[in-house]
Amino acid sequence: MESFEAFFSWLYSDHGINLTIGYDSYDRGRFLDGVWTTIKLSVLSILFSLIIGAVGAWVQGSPLRILRVFIGFFIAFFRNTPPLVQLYFFYFAVGTVLRVTGENGLPQPLVSNFGWAVISLSLFAGALNVEIFRSGIEAVPKSTIEASEALGFNRLQTYAYIVLPLAVRVALPSLGTNLVNLVKTTTLAYAIAVPEILYASAQIWSDELNVREMMNVLLLSYIGLVAILVWVLHRWEKALRIPGYGV
Amino acid sequence: MTWTPDQPIVSIHNVQKSFGALEVLKGISMDIMKGEVICIIGPSGSGKSTLIRCINALNDIQGGSITVEGQEVHDDNLDQLELRKKVGMVFQQYNLFPHKTALQNVMMAPLKVLKQNRADVEQRARALLKKVRLEGKENNYPGELSGGQQQRVAIARSLAMNPDVMLFDEVTAALDPETVKEVLVTIKDLAAEGMTCILVTHEMGFARELADHIYFTDKGVIVEHGPPATFFDNAQDPRTREFLSQVL
Ligand SMILES: Nc1ncnc2c1ncn2[C@@H]1O[C@H](COP(=O)(O)OP(=O)(O)OP(=O)(O)O)[C@@H](O)[C@H]1O
Ligand SMILES: [Mg+2]
Repeated sequence: MESFEAFFSWLYSDHGINLTIGYDSYDRGRFLDGVWTTIKLSVLSILFSLIIGAVGAWVQGSPLRILRVFIGFFIAFFRNTPPLVQLYFFYFAVGTVLRVTGENGLPQPLVSNFGWAVISLSLFAGALNVEIFRSGIEAVPKSTIEASEALGFNRLQTYAYIVLPLAVRVALPSLGTNLVNLVKTTTLAYAIAVPEILYASAQIWSDELNVREMMNVLLLSYIGLVAILVWVLHRWEKALRIPGYGV
Repeated sequence: MTWTPDQPIVSIHNVQKSFGALEVLKGISMDIMKGEVICIIGPSGSGKSTLIRCINALNDIQGGSITVEGQEVHDDNLDQLELRKKVGMVFQQYNLFPHKTALQNVMMAPLKVLKQNRADVEQRARALLKKVRLEGKENNYPGELSGGQQQRVAIARSLAMNPDVMLFDEVTAALDPETVKEVLVTIKDLAAEGMTCILVTHEMGFARELADHIYFTDKGVIVEHGPPATFFDNAQDPRTREFLSQVL
């Protein structure tokens, strides 16, 4: 650790490259907390957006018109408005209504800013996932679904055991694109002061005046995070590959 | 009214079925006794598939009635699962679950639908695959099996639900001539064990050999029916004769 810090001190003193996160443990702590927050934000939003996508696509195939119309509105709302505005809407409009009285007798927000970021991002990406799953579902042959009905599977069982597993395989490329976009969109949480990497980096560069250095670190961090996601998606795709099946 | 085996296991009475304005079944009636093998033949588009799909409620009907073991099929209060447990169906295009191995295809419905014990289900599934002569193919995916092998997996999958009646809709029509035989042998075995079979088929030799009764449908009606010997050698209706002269 000492030689590690010495290297960054030397980089600064001899070359003028001021990477405080290399030699200053306080800045490093802030930065790593930011990385961790971005990871948590990404993982939670990915999970919830997948659940929203799978459930939404199921509801969209419901025989009840009202449910289908509801999902249609949901998708239109989240697709046709800017995600930053959605985030503000949840945090400033919904968040100020959803309050509970805390122990000190003052109103407390029911959901933290991190919580709102997860909710908002999950809904945003989830709306797109509904459509992505939907297109995968349309690729499942009607005859396969009939075979499962003839075996006694009900609608939900057919969806869970046959339709969804096949749809995911078809939808995986578009799903991957959307999830990578979701990770990049987590930077919006900056706007409601969630201390993710962009927020942490901005704090560091305003204290240390090393914008150029931190910008590079920030971009490289995202490249690293997205690379991890792409690798995971690739593993998933491989695990789902069916021998002798042409998808 | 409880059903007893001396009554028809499947009873179809004056069934009418339309798709929009298109009348496909115009009053079809037939009774099938337990253990019987009946074959439905007829020109393309005459409503054969539609008819057998009505038997397990994959299609609804607009008039008439169908009962399976005394239970009305087209009844709003029908317990669909009870019906599907009694009636198995095999399709022309096999329709296996492509993401599951042969063994998993056979095990899935007893596990997920009937919630039976896994060890028992697996043992039975292996026995069924053996019965359809697919020992050694348990862990192959449908995409790795020939058409005839896939169709036999589909038969085993259907049998895993322990049905009382099996419906076969042109199950050899998509197969190479060489593999047709292996599927027909499987069906023959089943019939020999006393399974009630309702087959739509173009295999006239097979129908003649195996069927207890043949029904000839054209344009939504049963034109003529009878035991194979009478039907094939002594057809009365000119439409039947014309059809037979084309296919025999
Ligand atoms: N889901 C459907 N919607 C509309 N029309 C249908 C539908 N299914 C079948 N039909 C029509 O009903 C008629 C009978 O079809 P069916 O599949 O029962 O014929 P078939 O006797 O099985 O013919 P084939 O020997 O070609 O399989 C055809 O004219 C067909 O176009
Ligand atoms: Mg047909």
